Amino acid sequence: MSKKSDQKHEVETTGHVWDGIEEYNNPLPRWWLWVLYACIAWGIWYVIAYPAWPMINQATAGYKGWSTRANIAVELAEAEAANAEINAKLASTELTMIAKDPELQSYAASAGNAVFKTWCAQCHGSGAAGTKGYPNLLDNDWLWGGDVDAIHTTIRHGVRSDDDDDTRYSEMPKFGEILEQEEITQVVNFVMSLSGTPDDASTVTPGSVVFADNCASCHADDGTGDREQGAPNLTDAIWLYGGDYDTLTQTVTNSRFGVMPPWSTRLSEAEMRAVAAYVHQLGGGE
Amino acid sequence: MTNYIKLLVLGVVAFFALVAANYARDLAYLVNALTIALAAAGLFLWTLRQTDEPVNQTDLSGEYMDGVVRAGVIATCLWGVVGFLVGTFIAFQLAFPALNFEFLQGIGNFGRLRPLHTSAVIFAFGGNALICTSFYVVQRTSAARLWGGNTAWFVFWGYQLFIVLAASGYLLGATQSKEYAEPEWYVDLWLTVVWLSYLAVFVGTIVKRKERHIYVANWFYLSFIITVAMLHVVNNLSIPVSIWGSKSVQVFSGVQDAMTQWWYGHNAVGFFLTAGFLGMMYYFVPKQAERPVYSYKLSIIHFWALIFLYIWAGPHHLHYTALPDWAATLGMVFSIILWMPSWGGMINGLMTLSGAWDKLRTDPVIRMMVISIGFYGMSTFEGPMMSIRAVNSLSHYTDWTIGHVHSGALGWNGMVTFGALYFLVPRLWNRERLYSLSLVNWHFWLATIGIVLYAASMWVTGIMEGLMWREVDANGFLVNSFADTVSAKLPMYIVRGLGGVMFLSGAIIMCYNLYMTVRRSPVLDTANSVVPAE
Repeated sequence: MSKKSDQKHEVETTGHVWDGIEEYNNPLPRWWLWVLYACIAWGIWYVIAYPAWPMINQATAGYKGWSTRANIAVELAEAEAANAEINAKLASTELTMIAKDPELQSYAASAGNAVFKTWCAQCHGSGAAGTKGYPNLLDNDWLWGGDVDAIHTTIRHGVRSDDDDDTRYSEMPKFGEILEQEEITQVVNFVMSLSGTPDDASTVTPGSVVFADNCASCHADDGTGDREQGAPNLTDAIWLYGGDYDTLTQTVTNSRFGVMPPWSTRLSEAEMRAVAAYVHQLGGGE
Repeated sequence: MTNYIKLLVLGVVAFFALVAANYARDLAYLVNALTIALAAAGLFLWTLRQTDEPVNQTDLSGEYMDGVVRAGVIATCLWGVVGFLVGTFIAFQLAFPALNFEFLQGIGNFGRLRPLHTSAVIFAFGGNALICTSFYVVQRTSAARLWGGNTAWFVFWGYQLFIVLAASGYLLGATQSKEYAEPEWYVDLWLTVVWLSYLAVFVGTIVKRKERHIYVANWFYLSFIITVAMLHVVNNLSIPVSIWGSKSVQVFSGVQDAMTQWWYGHNAVGFFLTAGFLGMMYYFVPKQAERPVYSYKLSIIHFWALIFLYIWAGPHHLHYTALPDWAATLGMVFSIILWMPSWGGMINGLMTLSGAWDKLRTDPVIRMMVISIGFYGMSTFEGPMMSIRAVNSLSHYTDWTIGHVHSGALGWNGMVTFGALYFLVPRLWNRERLYSLSLVNWHFWLATIGIVLYAASMWVTGIMEGLMWREVDANGFLVNSFADTVSAKLPMYIVRGLGGVMFLSGAIIMCYNLYMTVRRSPVLDTANSVVPAE
């Protein structure tokens, strides 16, 4: 194949031809070569400046003394130091007094927000609205109490935790092993009638008897519950697992055993107080 | 006589596969063993029916072996559509988690489908494209028929079996949890056999070439085949828990395992998706443009620089992890020096068109190749930039990475493969021309806009997500929860899914167009003989 005549620059081909493909013998583009050299020069400087070459015992450290681990340690220490004073103040202030100190309250809210979104949002949701089995923290319905001290205790010791001796503890019996199926139907209908419409109105009256005999000791005679033992208020139409007939039957038959970890092993006192203050100011705090 | 040996081997394989199925400890292994037994038994019957039949003794050594290339083209199209379809579906699963249907749990949820998508597009679509184009190119540029007789067919069917075993294994839960190297030990062993046969066919053909020099495309293909063999073997060193089960345990552990994995993972990108596809570019672009390659010197320098540098770049996947700082530094430095060697391929591809730029107006196939080179240049700039530690601290673990991968995979690998397929089909089936250039045009625009939507939406979500993760308030506390970043990404996830729909539609149009080319285009009468170019 001969050289193409429409070729603008008269460059030789190498003379090789494969299946009709030829190759020009153009030189390397200058800019390309210089950028390559510049990258190599930069690379040489970089491996002298930063940790790079593995030697016998350890790698070269680089003249800048740069290290990811040292850097993060410095950053963490700086953040720690910057907030040390206010953290100490937070840890020593009476919990109920935090809200009265604007500076402390604003700090606790932003620190508590960060703690909440890191550790609590997985179960309670990033907006703290909860989901089935995980309480909504925005309303004024509290299982174990909604003042800032009660919230702090719950956070510190957890709920039904094996790892903390002072954990919030109570256990509802599995009424499937105690009551007849008919009685369960009756009591479920009675409980539904407390805050809404029962599934079968004719069973509500016998249900009230079953309730008085088996449930009132914890949930109180009027069904308003008992925060001392985490027994939910059954009259407010707010349900942790659900207020429909099937879910309530399941709850009564098998009971529930929701757990929450004790945070004292992972969070500092200041962090626990911050997140308690944060949850308290979300809307339902007492 | 050879048929009797074949029958014996196939019979033994079918027997042991059935024994394995009988003792199988898990479902994936059982299904894979039955697949192998079925394949071996089918081949056994097929061989038996041919045994003792008179053999047609035509001398084929003077003709190119194109049947296997045709089969490869069909497989590339089919796997491409499957891979794009799964990708589009999982994109919508991310946007709308309800698409992880309850009844598909354990088979069709995102976690099971994601490796199916990545393997289908990289290894099934990309792998078949590489194997079939390399068989086509090495024959033409060596002026020799493929070496090894039916070994090329063994490579083709063996590779399809590998794909089926791997894909059905993923869905049923057999995975060694290494990204892009998910298949379990026995599938890895099988791929090793197939890959070494591929190497033998390729090298054998080059050895018996009738041209004096080895064409640059073949250097790239050869480096891809050799390096992938090495990467595959080392990264998959593992010990099966039982020979009757799919589970195996890695030989490396901890940070060594991570380092080996990303040495493999990055070079799967470097040699599978870059070097191999550059081989494709170096043949199909000058052929379609009918212009000489721009610079022989550049092709030599950038080839050696590319393969020398790429192999060290893996550690940039492990910035700010347990990997020691020194290894991360070296990974980053080599990645940045790699920038120009990568661009050498782009320059050679684009400059080859100088003097033929007018063809961009009239030839949508050339347009496809040009945009693929454009995306290649963009991704190979973006990659070194993202390997810089400071940039990586923002980009790592975000959707930016996914956007980067897809601008490379859809833009570069996808488009150059489409260009090659449009080039190959009329020639392989002896047709005068493609059925419809306007359909090629539709494919081009759908795919291009699809990629732009994909890449742009992933930049937006990636950078937004990275910034949200590191956002702190005046007291130094993190502002957002992880779930906040997830919900903020929803609109961009929908845009990404739509990009996928467009890209998939383009590919389906291509399949239709290629099918109609074979069915309807006028037949061209040409000889398929082995003639050295000069």
